[in-house]
Amino acid sequence: MRLINQMKLEFLSIPANVAFARVSVAAFASQIECTLSDLEEIKVAVSEAVENSIIHGYENAADRLVRIYAALTADTVEIRVEDDGKGIEDIDDALQPTFSTDAERLGLGFVFINSFMDNFKVESTPGHGTVVTMNKRVGSGVARISPEQ
Amino acid sequence: MELEQIQDTLIARLSGDLDLGVADHLRNTLDEALDNQPVRNIILNLAGASFIDSSVLGVLLGRYKRVSRIGGRVCIVEPQPQVRRILELSGLLRIMDEFPGEAAALENIG
Repeated sequence: MRLINQMKLEFLSIPANVAFARVSVAAFASQIECTLSDLEEIKVAVSEAVENSIIHGYENAADRLVRIYAALTADTVEIRVEDDGKGIEDIDDALQPTFSTDAERLGLGFVFINSFMDNFKVESTPGHGTVVTMNKRVGSGVARISPEQ
Repeated sequence: MELEQIQDTLIARLSGDLDLGVADHLRNTLDEALDNQPVRNIILNLAGASFIDSSVLGVLLGRYKRVSRIGGRVCIVEPQPQVRRILELSGLLRIMDEFPGEAAALENIG
């Protein structure tokens, strides 16, 4: 479907930027018809992906960069979150809910992304970084009928 | 975050967006309160919380484990719908009890 808009964000890997990232992507997504629930779900997915980059990819180093690309078609939001961090050795393991390298993390990041987005994909090269690509169909899903019909 | 202690119950009123940006502060503040006072139960009033993600769920789970070791409970009060959905999906609502208000939670803990 025709691309309506696209954007790119790049920011430091600090916790304060998690809110910046999700609010920015939600504001961008709201250019097309989204329900409030769509926007809440997109915010959670973006937060989880960016936090994964900061905590796991960069191991909390504050001087690295996280990149987000987002694109809109009439009814779909596509989001890509990228880092140049340490990468994920075993992606299948990382996608399991109980998998986390930190005792207090629940390993729920990918579970939320999976629940809230229609599709998502994780690609990673150990030592070089991780790319999470996700998309979601948004809007009420009700076909709009023109007055002529 | 606002804290209040009533007997051996700590009431924590959380507000705003609960994400990685506040997770450390939240963990330290709650642990300090648990270290300095005899706390058995925690009531988390989430009425003012507009957003929550897994980084803060981890903090809440950690404090749950801490009080449940001494037989205490963690109660959730008035979560907004979008926050409640995350709590439900994470499984935390299965181990914590939900109440419509602080008074109801306090009474139940009694």
